[in-house]
Amino acid sequence: MANFKLNVNGKTHNIDVDPSTPILWVLRDHLNLVGTKFGCGIAQCGACSIHLNSMAVRSCQLPVASVGNGNITTIEGLSENGDHPVQKAWIENDVPQCGYCQSGQIMQAASLLNSNPNPTDEEIESAMDGNLCRCGTYIRIKKAIKRAVKS
Amino acid sequence: MTKQKTYMGRRSFIKTSVLSGGGMMVAFSWLASCNLTTDQIKTLPKEWFKINGFLKIGENGLVTIMSPNPEIGQNIKTSMPMLVAEELDVDWKDVIVEQAPLNTDIFQRQIAGGSNSISSSWMPLRMAGATARFMLIVAAAKKWGISADEITTKSGELYHKASDRKIGYGDVASSAAQLKVPKEVSLKDISGFTIIGTSRKNVDGKKIVTGQPLFGIDYKEEGMLIAMLIHPPAFGMKLKSFDASSTKKMPGIVDVFEFNNYKENQSKGSFDLSAHTTQIAVVGNSTWEVIQAKKAVKVEWEESGEVTHEIRGWGGGKRIFPSKLESTQDHLKQMEEMSLKKQKVVRKDGDPKRAFKNADRILERTYTCPFLAHNTMEPMNFFADVTENFARLVGPIQTPEFMEAAIADRFNLSKENVDIMMTRMGGGFGRRLYGHFMLETAVISKKVKSPIKLIYTREDDMTSGTYRPSYHVRYRAAVDKNNNVTAFHVRAGGVPESPLYANRFPAGAIENYLAESWTIKSNITTGAFRAPRSNFIASAEQSFLDELSEFIDKDPMDFRLELFEKAINNPIGKQNDYDASRYAGVLKLVKEKSGWDTDKPGVSRGLAAYFCHKSYVANVVDIVNKDGKQVIDKVYCAVDCGIVVNPDSAKNLIEGGTVDGIGHSMYSQITFKDGTPEQDNFNGYRLIRHSESPKNIEIYFVENSIDPTGLGEPPFPPVMGALANALYKASGKRHYNQPFSVS
Repeated sequence: MANFKLNVNGKTHNIDVDPSTPILWVLRDHLNLVGTKFGCGIAQCGACSIHLNSMAVRSCQLPVASVGNGNITTIEGLSENGDHPVQKAWIENDVPQCGYCQSGQIMQAASLLNSNPNPTDEEIESAMDGNLCRCGTYIRIKKAIKRAVKS
Repeated sequence: MTKQKTYMGRRSFIKTSVLSGGGMMVAFSWLASCNLTTDQIKTLPKEWFKINGFLKIGENGLVTIMSPNPEIGQNIKTSMPMLVAEELDVDWKDVIVEQAPLNTDIFQRQIAGGSNSISSSWMPLRMAGATARFMLIVAAAKKWGISADEITTKSGELYHKASDRKIGYGDVASSAAQLKVPKEVSLKDISGFTIIGTSRKNVDGKKIVTGQPLFGIDYKEEGMLIAMLIHPPAFGMKLKSFDASSTKKMPGIVDVFEFNNYKENQSKGSFDLSAHTTQIAVVGNSTWEVIQAKKAVKVEWEESGEVTHEIRGWGGGKRIFPSKLESTQDHLKQMEEMSLKKQKVVRKDGDPKRAFKNADRILERTYTCPFLAHNTMEPMNFFADVTENFARLVGPIQTPEFMEAAIADRFNLSKENVDIMMTRMGGGFGRRLYGHFMLETAVISKKVKSPIKLIYTREDDMTSGTYRPSYHVRYRAAVDKNNNVTAFHVRAGGVPESPLYANRFPAGAIENYLAESWTIKSNITTGAFRAPRSNFIASAEQSFLDELSEFIDKDPMDFRLELFEKAINNPIGKQNDYDASRYAGVLKLVKEKSGWDTDKPGVSRGLAAYFCHKSYVANVVDIVNKDGKQVIDKVYCAVDCGIVVNPDSAKNLIEGGTVDGIGHSMYSQITFKDGTPEQDNFNGYRLIRHSESPKNIEIYFVENSIDPTGLGEPPFPPVMGALANALYKASGKRHYNQPFSVS
């Protein structure tokens, strides 16, 4: 066990966990932020995507000891009132079916638009290819990303 | 308006009395907190008045509608309350939706399965709204001292035109709640619908995109421990011994022990049985600590020998798990052998033997598919708090009613002392019909005397069974000198069940028809997977019909439509399990919308149509060559599911089923070696990804006024056949074995 100081969604948290604990489980078990989802545990599905210094990363493969002073943003902190352009586009396009993968999809999409505000179809596909949606909402996700670009 | 009785036999559709305070009340604050969005138009009322078990109205006119069935992504948590709201005649913006707990005293068929949620609730839910509306009218009539039939309603208000008076539902809800449920009630005519048939957004949409706790895996209670399982690595193996002495000393670990899902001599049901009834539980304070500890337990396994289970209820009888460590190579060999022998005849029309003997030419082809894992994105999990006298469970389950009985039996409790709350599910696809994980959680909770959340890792989820079976089918068609199809023969089977639907098309359209079925026993457990059996046989049949149309030099569309013409005008046999006119209807619609008769240079097109779960779907898949790669440019879907309740949501489900059908037939498989699944996570098991999805899907509905049928399953099977046929046009190669990407 060791003590870590984490910056999550603009707040500082002190937690006492094993240094190998992935951020995913720190968020879910210790900080009560369950919007970040467990899907595969090996960075193959993207359900656990968060932002570390505004870049999308897989939190299931990110040990708490490796984060340092980095700024972590989770789906709960992406916007104050759920009104980030990507979140709004997701609602307007009624994207979710079961909804489980969508927080990861949204974090990945928001990160894409941070670095590339006007992506082509191919760039969207390439950026989103690591995020599985078992319900098959891929077409709506792409449309929602394009809607977010326009706004 | 049509008068509808509110009773069917002695059973009332609508109940006002709520037994022991259950039903209407959401038992846990965690779940209650999931029910409101911050942007609700009206503020919460001071008081709620229960009009019946399905709805309550606040003094300010806000309405809470209970959504009785489990939500697995089919969006019934939005579309089922829409049925109530329509007949209640209330503004959708004034509706809050709550997930109902399991309560069989009030609700019927609280199951997510068989694409039946909407079709089976179409009348009961409308009646729940209509009876409540009637009671509000009667209450207003009493208040105003006039006759009920002088009152009209609109958008949550009651009007008396003659005296120019109006009053809100909230103002009479208190007195309406005291009234008796009417014996019969008028339902709206379809032409008067203002909510049904209009697109309404997912009621949980805001919570989903902001990451609010909604799913079973998100559920938490004070003092809750985390549990995980260790199950045998192979089917046909069982636990011999284990050593957890050092594991128990690891940080955060509370206990490690062996347990059995069942008590001695407990009867087992199809929906609670799993491959591994004895497992090791690892219990601790946090998920990561338990994951680490799970790896440290030293376990010895041994071959289990033949195991027999007596199954009660649906799908009951003796189930034998043979003594062997099975491999995919053996399965394929055994299936091929079975398909070459005469098998049990399930249907025979005319004289197929003679027709084949007299045939000018015969086309014969075989098709196979592998086992599939459901792979819901939310792995199996559940919460349980079980004491001597009470079992309380919260989580994702498609069959809460069946599991209530199994839990009650396991702990010698009455059903009244088993409380089950359904959470939103991170996918179902049939996997969560099989609730053994509820028994597992409950047994662990009772043993450690603590509330428990059980979580499967992805590896546990993918390797513990309940797969889509592996199937095989051999088709033969006899053709005469004039290129008429004179006989059709289907011989289908699988491990451990057959995919045959003997009475489906083309039965009924061909004079001489023979259907045979066979099975091979296995210790690999299987279960319903989105459109069970259809999810293979549709693809095989539609691929064979495509090749057959080419064999007789006919356009595949014309060939199918001619067969349906025969089935409409001169059906063979009496047991045909489809409506040939509706079947032909979706084909004609997709023909028109896709411009089937127009040449499209550079586009390779494949066609298929299928009927299952009461709905009809036809597809055209367009493949184009882009930079040397085959790309699915477009999929056309023509759908007949009767009245469409929530069109945009219905389209979402059809898009998803289409992508899912392409994905599973193209990429996915579970294979076995010596009883061990060879894929255990998404690095080995392929699911379709963004870049592999079709670029566009166009959906067209047949417009009619037939009572609605489901959409969870019907869009899934046919697209696999349309894809196989398009791939053939694109590459010249027929695909007979799924997944197509490796065949």
